[in-house]
Amino acid sequence: IYLIARQCRGVAGLAPLDESTVLNSCGVEPFSEGFRRNQNQMDGLIAQLDADIAHVLQGGGPKAVQRHHQRGKLLPRERIKLLLDPGSPFLELSQLAGKGLYGHDDVPAGGIVTGIGAVHGRLTAIVANDATVKGGTYYPVTVKKHLRLQEVAQRCRLPCVYLVDSGGANLPRQADVFPDRDHFGRIFYNQARMSAEGIPQVAVVLGSCTAGGAYVPAMADESVIVRGNGTIFLGGPPLVKAATGEDVSAEELGGAELHCTTSGVTDHLAENEQHALSLARSILATLNLPPYPAAGAPWAGQQQQQWTAACGGGAAAADGLAGGSSGAWEEPRFSPEELRGMIPADPKQPFDVRAVLARLLDGSRFQEFKAQYGKTLVTGFGRLYGMPVSVVANNGVLFSEAALKGAHFVQLCSQRGVPLLFLQNISGFMVGRKYEAGGIAKDGAKMVMAVANAEVPKLTLIIGGSFGAGNYGMCGRAYSPDFLYMWPNARISVMGGEQAATVLHLVELEKRRREGKPWPEEDQEEFRRRIRERYDAEGEPAFASARLWDDGVIRPQDSRAVLGLSLAAALNRPLRPSRFGVFRM
Amino acid sequence: GPVVSAAPGRPAISKLLVSNRGEIACRVLTTAKRLGIPTVAVFSEADRHSKHVAMADEAYCIGPPAARESYLRSDRILQVAERSGATAVHPGYGFLSENSGFAAACEERGIAFVGPPASAILAMGDKSEAKALMAAASVPVVPGYHGEEQAEGRLQEEAGHVGYPLLVKAVMGGGGKGMKLARDPAHFLDALHSARREALAAFGDDRVLLERFIARPRHIEVQVFADSHGDAVYLFERDCSVQRRHQKVSPAGQQHVGPCLKRRLPVLPEAPAPGISGDFRRSIGESAVAAAKAVGYRNAGTVEFMVDVETGEYYFLEMNTRLQVEHPVSEAISGVDLVEWQLRVAAGEPLPLRQEQLAIKGHAFEARIYAENPENGFLPAGGRVLRWRVPPGAAFFQNAPLRVDSGVQEGDTVGVNYDPMIAKLVVHGPDRRAALASLHSALQQLQVSGLPTNVEFMKRITQNSEFQQGAVDTSFIAKHEAELLGAQPVGGGVLALAAVAFLRIAEARAQEGAPTAQLPGPWALSSSFRVNHQFSCPVAFSHPRSGAQHELVVAFERDGSRLVSTHTGGTAASEHKSGRSSGSSGSSHDGDQQGAGSGGSVGPLVVSGAELGADSLTAEVDGQRLQASWCLHSHGDEEVLDLWVGGSQHQFRRPVVRRWLRSGAAAQAAGSVLTPMPGRIVKVFVEQGAAVEEGAPLVVVEAMKMEHTVHAPCTGTVAELHSFVGAQVEDGHVLAVVAPAAAGTAGVPGEAAAATA
Repeated sequence: IYLIARQCRGVAGLAPLDESTVLNSCGVEPFSEGFRRNQNQMDGLIAQLDADIAHVLQGGGPKAVQRHHQRGKLLPRERIKLLLDPGSPFLELSQLAGKGLYGHDDVPAGGIVTGIGAVHGRLTAIVANDATVKGGTYYPVTVKKHLRLQEVAQRCRLPCVYLVDSGGANLPRQADVFPDRDHFGRIFYNQARMSAEGIPQVAVVLGSCTAGGAYVPAMADESVIVRGNGTIFLGGPPLVKAATGEDVSAEELGGAELHCTTSGVTDHLAENEQHALSLARSILATLNLPPYPAAGAPWAGQQQQQWTAACGGGAAAADGLAGGSSGAWEEPRFSPEELRGMIPADPKQPFDVRAVLARLLDGSRFQEFKAQYGKTLVTGFGRLYGMPVSVVANNGVLFSEAALKGAHFVQLCSQRGVPLLFLQNISGFMVGRKYEAGGIAKDGAKMVMAVANAEVPKLTLIIGGSFGAGNYGMCGRAYSPDFLYMWPNARISVMGGEQAATVLHLVELEKRRREGKPWPEEDQEEFRRRIRERYDAEGEPAFASARLWDDGVIRPQDSRAVLGLSLAAALNRPLRPSRFGVFRM
Repeated sequence: GPVVSAAPGRPAISKLLVSNRGEIACRVLTTAKRLGIPTVAVFSEADRHSKHVAMADEAYCIGPPAARESYLRSDRILQVAERSGATAVHPGYGFLSENSGFAAACEERGIAFVGPPASAILAMGDKSEAKALMAAASVPVVPGYHGEEQAEGRLQEEAGHVGYPLLVKAVMGGGGKGMKLARDPAHFLDALHSARREALAAFGDDRVLLERFIARPRHIEVQVFADSHGDAVYLFERDCSVQRRHQKVSPAGQQHVGPCLKRRLPVLPEAPAPGISGDFRRSIGESAVAAAKAVGYRNAGTVEFMVDVETGEYYFLEMNTRLQVEHPVSEAISGVDLVEWQLRVAAGEPLPLRQEQLAIKGHAFEARIYAENPENGFLPAGGRVLRWRVPPGAAFFQNAPLRVDSGVQEGDTVGVNYDPMIAKLVVHGPDRRAALASLHSALQQLQVSGLPTNVEFMKRITQNSEFQQGAVDTSFIAKHEAELLGAQPVGGGVLALAAVAFLRIAEARAQEGAPTAQLPGPWALSSSFRVNHQFSCPVAFSHPRSGAQHELVVAFERDGSRLVSTHTGGTAASEHKSGRSSGSSGSSHDGDQQGAGSGGSVGPLVVSGAELGADSLTAEVDGQRLQASWCLHSHGDEEVLDLWVGGSQHQFRRPVVRRWLRSGAAAQAAGSVLTPMPGRIVKVFVEQGAAVEEGAPLVVVEAMKMEHTVHAPCTGTVAELHSFVGAQVEDGHVLAVVAPAAAGTAGVPGEAAAATA
């Protein structure tokens, strides 16, 4: 009745609708010349990203794909499609993994597809080997990507499905794959630990599962193997021949029939891939896990619908998630498509980060916190698809006040259990005598302390620069945000190329001066150029993404969708209270 | 002036038992209720939940499903009459309606039989006696010679009396054997000799009879009514010329076991008959009344005539001594409730109206909706009615511009134990053209699914120009077979809509079927969102009506629309990359679309704004707003989607992924044999493990008193047998699995390349 009353009040006009938190366009006008320039620039970068993705989607190339299909096998993304509920989104992570890492060895997507999707209405973490890429063998980046997905699954408490089709460790690179803590063995350690934590582990053997790989199905709670293509053995026929002289076929050694009837390594015998994946779906239907933990949260369900109704409809869905039923939330009043025109073509031009928020948050509503204090950091509350979210966004260089405000706000959100969203566009903390004297280091440390210890879900989106200690205070990769994404224009490094060139040039100049070596002017310029170019190349999002410093480069206009999906996944784990360490005062 | 149909007061029947089922039972009960007569229904065990049982004041079970154990058991029905205190029995049509013994038994017990006296049933039941009686009463009969004397000269002489052209028919004949046409006297002897030769060879009996041959016959019948006070009237004629043969399939397939039973089935009766004069109408009507009077007829009856289109002459064929299936068209044009008259006359009242008070008002058609396969020789079908929607504004069992008589409700099984009729659609308009137009529109709005029907066939008749002009002869269907039964290709827009429908329904089912949590926000949208690329999904389905296979790809666009195109084959990469970074949904053509393939190529067509309801789907397809209804069910290993769009019903099928677990590898083998329809297994020819040749009979399934032999699809061995005599099998049941002889390995991992969601 209360809800109905609230709704009536809005509709009947007993009290005016409260629009005070609704952001305006924040200076971004889609019909302006500047917007068009910005958008052209961004579209160029997106086109480059699209080209990279197109290459990734081809897996090991048309020939390998054709061979794969001829064997009655499906590509990893086709398998995932059959595993997921019809219509389910698939939040694929780190598509650019492995790009350019191994010289002539091209390993698209790192030879493995990972992500989150819905199976029987439950979020599920999926790892799928791509056997068209180097036989699905594990390169170092493949291991890293597999482990990253397991980390996400463990943090978010998502059941894991491993779609196995891999030749095991990449032997020529065994030193970078086998021995270390975060190498191959960690995969099975994670399986064991997650199983112990009650996070279901399901393996579907669709191809070979050799040597260490054999432990993926063996360590799983429940496993499926497909007749004909699926094989599991510690040592393949060549190794057996070498070791014992025994002549044996792969099927006899570790085929589906053997493992389902004799060895007991696998539990379900599938006739083909579709059957295998439908068996996996059936397994996931029997998990008997508690429902989505946040389903009972005040923002979830019916109440939310009422709230939306009371607040009036929003703009039409235009964020790539359009489709299905209309959700129980307000769409932003400005199309997320306009995020393509956000970033000034001229990097020296400032822009108001609230313009991004107006295109990200539900109803473009943003309840700003401490708006008049530490203005280079924007903090406040909003919602993403109805889920509450608190925003920490750079709007210039970080000064002490901004860092203090950030620390305060992060602590506040932890107290309230509101997830954090960091929007990074930071050249760093302010430097200079005045600021050092003002204790900017200890104020920055307070923010880092707060961010590091906040136990609420944390998402980071790098929409511009991510330099220096700013990266730390704004929840960079080292601060274990649940998900971290970059826009195609983003740059990440310890400092900008220009600054690095200047600093290193000065250091080198001093050294040569001491040694009395002359340094021709043109050589100095060449030195500076090389430094600049190296920093610029290493700061590229693709460079970062190839090494898994993030969870993917995304199109700006998809940000709302990707962040929404990620936040919902992060909310799958129960909230824990945050404890903070010693704040240097 | 306007006809007043209801005489005042309730007929003197204190309780009425309706000894029938289905629509006719409901029809009779409706009028009885309106007149305030308490009613009693009887039902078989199969009809416990039927509509007629619910409609009656009292209802009694009279036995097992088989009609001979229930609706044909006059003893049980009379027991119920006694037990319930019914004073009258209405037999409907079929079952006991023309059983003189039953009529007599009712009379003996003092129960009024709502129908003619037993003597009249008997008199009309013997066809040759009836013809003699008619001839004596000056009712024209087809000229012919049926004498015992077979001398050539005598026959030639009789042929002269009969007139040419004439038919020489074997007395024992059937199925066209031993039947020859003689166009003129010069050809008579040739025809006679050849008929005799064939007759002798086929039946070992060369006796023949002669009959006038009518090249272009029309079938016109007259509704008559007589009371017990010696009065009789005719309520004008019905034209049943659009008819088809209804052939009983003999168990052995080709061989004839005894004579084939043939029955004419009027497909689209109408009243009045188009293109006849007032004089003709009066003349044929009076002949019909004379025929009734000649046998001392009482109550409602129908006198059938054959009309020679060329000469305008008409001949008595037979008299049906019951209320006919097509009686509503006569009710429509006369304004009379024939069942009310039946009850009044049975109660001893005089006819409510005299001949001069009766007049024709407007024109009416009746379309009988059957569960059958018009494309497959009108083979009767059966199954569960999963969707049954009549056009809005239809009235039930009473005169109206659109009247629907049906005993079927959604969920009922039709055509397994009884008649495969689902409904009768009766339209009444000011003239023939208007009535035909409203019939067409009613058929467009009708929705039946779960079993094959003749709705589309009916619709095509209403659109046939010759039929629209009226006065067609009985060869109409044969003549226009291609037009009425030919497959029509489905338009690209409908195919695109079907592809989207398959996916949207799967999405909706996944959402409602999710047993656990309600997913939050963006996960609850069935967006198929993908990071940095567009999702696309192949959808393969068949259109059984045309035999076409369609392989389409549905690409999910950023703005929520879908781009549907024919699968280009080759690269089976299921998720294509959209080169467009902008969100607009312009048409990005792939360039190398297939040419017009066997299934016809589609698109790419943009399907936008698709909204799926519980049984509706609206979407804009290539700029055209389409409003469709849908019904999805599974049949065997297929998912069957019925789409009603633009006044047509389209059925599409695609395989479902399932059933591996139950029977392992073999169930998916090519040799699975499904029952052609739900029914009872009456014979099993093979044992498990037996070697069979392709086409060898495996099992006989009986449904609707028809026996269907199921044959081996290939040469091999019977790997599985899921049949035994007496088993009642549901639709889609796998009767047996025949493992092909040559195929060695069981587990073929292939056929997975084109994955569908």
